[in-house]
Amino acid sequence: MARAFYWLLPHPLLTLLLVVVWTLLQNEFSAGMIVFGVILGIIIPWGTSVWWPDTPKGFRLGKMTTYSIMVLWDIVVANVQVAWIVLSVPNSKLKPAWIVVPLELRQPEAITVLAGTITLTPGTVSADLSEHGNSLLVHVLHTDDPDAVRDDIISRYQNRLKEIFK
Amino acid sequence: MSGEIIGTYATAISLLIGSAFIIVGVIGLLKFNDPMTRLHAPTKVGTVGIGMLLLASMIHSFVLGETSVHEILIMAFLFVTAPISAHFIAKVSMHTRTCATPPSPPRDDTWSTLSVPEQELQAEE
Repeated sequence: MARAFYWLLPHPLLTLLLVVVWTLLQNEFSAGMIVFGVILGIIIPWGTSVWWPDTPKGFRLGKMTTYSIMVLWDIVVANVQVAWIVLSVPNSKLKPAWIVVPLELRQPEAITVLAGTITLTPGTVSADLSEHGNSLLVHVLHTDDPDAVRDDIISRYQNRLKEIFK
Repeated sequence: MSGEIIGTYATAISLLIGSAFIIVGVIGLLKFNDPMTRLHAPTKVGTVGIGMLLLASMIHSFVLGETSVHEILIMAFLFVTAPISAHFIAKVSMHTRTCATPPSPPRDDTWSTLSVPEQELQAEE
């Protein structure tokens, strides 16, 4: 039974997400569109599961929600800080820096979320991954203390993501 | 004060905040003088700038009585795609060495952008 379920729905969460996205795209709520969304939600994950065989296990949706809200708040705060840097710091006094974040996350999905979070937060851009995925290269726009930025990323984002993707 | 007036003011304020952030982003893009620092400006425009404009659009259609949720989708797609383009611009500037050389990673040999397959190394020798 479970095998039949996972054969038909290799990624149950993706199916749910596709249904929601399809319904939102229609901009109106009707039964026919939801049925069509369910059909798409079954066909697309089933057809693409060859390229994405591993289902991320132990994903915690509740913690992901609080994480997203925290990231949104961080984005707003960082936006104001970076706007101030852009307007007030002259080019000659700007101190950009590379920082290296040691990665403790192993799943590709978790690393993607971490890198995306870092890029979306203004002031930091994730630039590259090391050869075997053990460290993440991050560029910081303006900082006096690169080590503090690195520790902040580890304690604020990575430790939370470790709990989300267990 | 009726809901319509409050809605109009909320729309106007959101538009103003969004445009202000976009202007700051554009100033950053023009002012900074190397590709890596320039890359920081669009991340600001792409998040709060566009976000506030979309919020204004949502409030506006809500006040007119046509609830619109497309904006949430636009935001979601932007949040998913923006880091990828930023990542590729960063990779290009690392490749062309137009930025300061990054420190080498502590646990691996090199960054994946700068890593060269072994056959090519032998061919160069």
